[in-house]
Amino acid sequence: MSDKIIQITEMNKWFGDFQVLKNINLEVEKNKKIVVCGPSGSGKSTLIRCINRLEEHQQGSIIVDGNELTEDTKDIEKIRAEVGMVFQQFNLFPHLSILDNCTLAPIWVKKMPKKEAEDLALQHLEKVQIADQANKYPGQLSGGQQQRCAIARALCMEPKIMLFDEPTSALDPEMIKEVLDAMVNLAKAGMTMIVVTHEMGFAKEVADEVIFMDEGMIVERAETKEFFANPKSDRTKLFLSQIL
Amino acid sequence: MNKLNFLQPDKNNFYTYLYTGVILVALSIFIVFLNSFFNKDIVSFLPGPISFFLPLILGFIGLHLIRIDYSGLRFLDSINKNINTNNFNAFLSLLIVFVVIKSLPPLLSWFIIDANIAGDSKDVCTGSGACWTYIKIWFNRFMYGMYPNPEQWRINLSFIALAFLGCVGFFATEKFKKYLTLYYVVVYPIIAFFFIFFFISGGPIFFDFSYGIIAAVISIILGFFIPSKFKMYYFIIVPITLYILLKYVFFYEELIELGKLEALEWVETGAWGGLSLTFIVSFFCLIFCFPIGLFLSLGRRSDFPIIKYISIGMIEFWRGVPLITVLFMSSVMFPMFLPEDMFIDKLVRVIIAISLFEAAYVAEVIRGGLQALPRGQYDAAKSLGMGYWKMHILVILPQALKLVIPGIANTFLALVKDTPLIFVVGLLEIVGMLNLAKTNPEWLGFAMEGYVFASVLFFIICYAMSKYSYNLEQKYKTER
Amino acid sequence: MNIKKILPQLLTLLVVILVFGFFSYNAQINMENRGITFGYGFLSQESSFDVQFSLIEYDGSHSYFRAYLVGLLNTILVSVIGIIFATIIGVVVGIARLSNNYLINRTAAVYVEFFRNIPLLLQIFFWYFAALRALPLPQDTEPMFGVFFLTIKGFFVPAFVWNNLDVFIYSIIAAIISIIFIRIYAKKKQENEGIQTPVLSISIGLLLILPILSFLFGGVDASVEIPVIKQLSQSGFTFEGGIKLPPELISLALALSLYTATFIAECVRAGVQGVSKGQKEAAASIGLTPNQVLKLVVMPQALRIIIPPTTNQYLNLTKNSSLAAAIAYPDLVLVFAGTALMQTGRAIEIVSITMLTYLSLSISISIFMNWYNKKIAIKEK
Repeated sequence: MSDKIIQITEMNKWFGDFQVLKNINLEVEKNKKIVVCGPSGSGKSTLIRCINRLEEHQQGSIIVDGNELTEDTKDIEKIRAEVGMVFQQFNLFPHLSILDNCTLAPIWVKKMPKKEAEDLALQHLEKVQIADQANKYPGQLSGGQQQRCAIARALCMEPKIMLFDEPTSALDPEMIKEVLDAMVNLAKAGMTMIVVTHEMGFAKEVADEVIFMDEGMIVERAETKEFFANPKSDRTKLFLSQIL
Repeated sequence: MNKLNFLQPDKNNFYTYLYTGVILVALSIFIVFLNSFFNKDIVSFLPGPISFFLPLILGFIGLHLIRIDYSGLRFLDSINKNINTNNFNAFLSLLIVFVVIKSLPPLLSWFIIDANIAGDSKDVCTGSGACWTYIKIWFNRFMYGMYPNPEQWRINLSFIALAFLGCVGFFATEKFKKYLTLYYVVVYPIIAFFFIFFFISGGPIFFDFSYGIIAAVISIILGFFIPSKFKMYYFIIVPITLYILLKYVFFYEELIELGKLEALEWVETGAWGGLSLTFIVSFFCLIFCFPIGLFLSLGRRSDFPIIKYISIGMIEFWRGVPLITVLFMSSVMFPMFLPEDMFIDKLVRVIIAISLFEAAYVAEVIRGGLQALPRGQYDAAKSLGMGYWKMHILVILPQALKLVIPGIANTFLALVKDTPLIFVVGLLEIVGMLNLAKTNPEWLGFAMEGYVFASVLFFIICYAMSKYSYNLEQKYKTER
Repeated sequence: MNIKKILPQLLTLLVVILVFGFFSYNAQINMENRGITFGYGFLSQESSFDVQFSLIEYDGSHSYFRAYLVGLLNTILVSVIGIIFATIIGVVVGIARLSNNYLINRTAAVYVEFFRNIPLLLQIFFWYFAALRALPLPQDTEPMFGVFFLTIKGFFVPAFVWNNLDVFIYSIIAAIISIIFIRIYAKKKQENEGIQTPVLSISIGLLLILPILSFLFGGVDASVEIPVIKQLSQSGFTFEGGIKLPPELISLALALSLYTATFIAECVRAGVQGVSKGQKEAAASIGLTPNQVLKLVVMPQALRIIIPPTTNQYLNLTKNSSLAAAIAYPDLVLVFAGTALMQTGRAIEIVSITMLTYLSLSISISIFMNWYNKKIAIKEK
């Protein structure tokens, strides 16, 4: 009986008149890795952005680690501290060094002493193998290095869940591997991960389940092997045939 | 020798064209030069209109002749590409050169050659040039307004002290660098306020000032011996206690009466004036309009409708009316809004009015920077669990403010240029003093010298400020 | 509803209400003590002060409201003159700034730096107290071109005396309307058949011919009234006839134009530089003539960048015209918020009307700007 760390029930979201998420029901257990795939505009990014409330849902409920996401500010920040996010555009803070990027939140949000935060940051930077770049600025790093730093930054808050929004889509092909390796290591270490991506190789290697979304709905969800071997819906089959 | 076609100079008879052209151009410049500097008209034997236009015609033909494409002479080519590309350009270039040459002698003679600077009174100004004696005599007034001469050292001392304290940032060691922002935004303005308000005004409140200084100094010295845990309470309680002790226990009024301590002479703000007043007003308005503008721009982007609309209302209001009406309002309307016995000093009212006015412009400039930041920065900061204020102070504002440095520098510049308007409330900064001086019966008719002097001063100040902000902008651009 | 969201808003609202309440309360008490009542009725009272320069009939027997109109018209007058000249000078200087010719470029740069870094008030004072004071007295003035007299008391220029001015105006309106129709017709013709009609030449022709016709057949005629010197007293001369432009107006318009032109020059320069070189190259490579490149490709893009800040500068010029108070040019601020306020003591009413006038001007220009920006915005994803 593993605990469900994310519970989304009957969630609907509109952007104005346009309904972008329809009747989403999703439960994620601890330590599971979920890959979300689907065509552009299917709502995958919106879905995970709702989990840390960067987007607000209009109907239904989202419960993260026992806390329901509502309009109350205090809860939102607590939840965000438990949920780490890695963006497609990295979004590193250009005016701070790599080390400062990583220690910023631990110092100011978790009120950690500076030395402790720096040790923690160097640890995580070491894990993604860019500890030697700690004193450089984001502008001086390559895309792959920046994304790995973004992963380390999110990890420094010691989150329970990591969300990845197409982390390799903005990278040159040579750099995709280094980022995926970092993510694979993270998965092996036991983190709960929800990854929106087109990298099916990664899904096959690491994911426990794969979710296919189209036009705002979850079309199919299955364990990885099953998903790739026996896609049930026609739409899934079409999508897989195009990207594999 | 190939056929010479004067309408189409080319490389074949290169040197013919070149030499002829250069001679003609040189001749034309020489004619104008002689005419303007030595008043010798060597072509006066020609009828009027021709002799007037002769240099232009000669120069034009000369430039036409040397307009040879790809001559091979680097200097010639660069001139041709630059000022001699076609007839129109050639004509304009000649015109500009001639105008400059013709205007130099009269300018030089007015400014320097025929001008007078020595001496003490109007009688010295006999020349047809500028009377700089006028400026020399009135210099004190232009700088300090009606502030009594013997007391002017106070203004000088305050400015020097403030300039010194302002440069502290350059000498701060690593350990203190993080207190710099706090210093500049909170401590420095308070010290400046004390200096200017108490020291320059003088009077019995000078004692409050000196007690404050003494209390602060003693607290800081003792502060090194207090453990960190109590530092916050310490810095609130101890200085106040010391101050109260000094004021009421150690030195009371009677000691002053006994003549043991002499108070500084009281100078009311109405007597302050001149360039020093320009600095004081600009300085304080600069300090206040920035934080107010910052809050207004944040309020305008806020999610709270009431705060948002109040901010928008304030910004559009102050931006929509001329500064002079605002100053009118502050001097005429404002007293109506205050209780009978409450009186706010003229200078304070003016500073409040100008600060609120410029804050609206600063708000719009900062808003531009906030909008220019990619949304991803806001997202990343939020996803790390930062709340509104942490996100803005640590991530958004450091980046946004760097983006808008030129805009803010522009606004500051406009602020300095707007200070002369305070004449409407009766405060005379340098332009006001000029107007006052030129109506003095002993010195009538020297308005021109005064305005030129003030123009040069302002030009130097504003030009320096805009160059500095340009450098600042370049420096931050390369840091990225 | 969320307490955290409501509380700060309520607090802010409370503070604002308290502040306003405090002010209003004191204002009421102060007005009672001085025996002033609050009301706008005074606007219909007789003003009993004269104004030196006015575009409409006005003297002391007219109402304060009429005085307000006089001030407003004077403000509009000097603003329009300023805007026209500032635009002309600004565009010329802006384009000069872009020239490859070092001399022209530098001269324009010197102009911009010089007039931009000196406060406007100082410039106004310079022109009024120093430069224009150096002009000769009326009796000593040599006319320019025989009919313009630039004296220390003002510029005296000839006036046109019209007969049947309205016919002339109708002819101009008729010309404009026909130009509009011809443009619509020409555009349709080009869309349907590809033939281009010389709209510009036809428009210029119409603008010239129709008014001339009005002279020949419409009974319109204009005679010129040249200013003639007249002796007022032993040493006081002036000119009679023609139009007198007071030195206050001249110095204000001059200073405003020269000052604002510097900002407009920078806007123009930014606009033209903002169109990337590739645009001109691409346009030339598809065979457009230089004129067509300018008209169809460069100017539309450049204007998008130029127009918003330039309109802002026009607004600034209008607001800066209020500096007229410093040299006694009777603009809205001096006449209404100055003299009228001094006489009636009704500070709150008068200052509020003045500020509202400027505010409505600013806000209408803002709204126009927003509409214009939306309309011409280049569509992006």
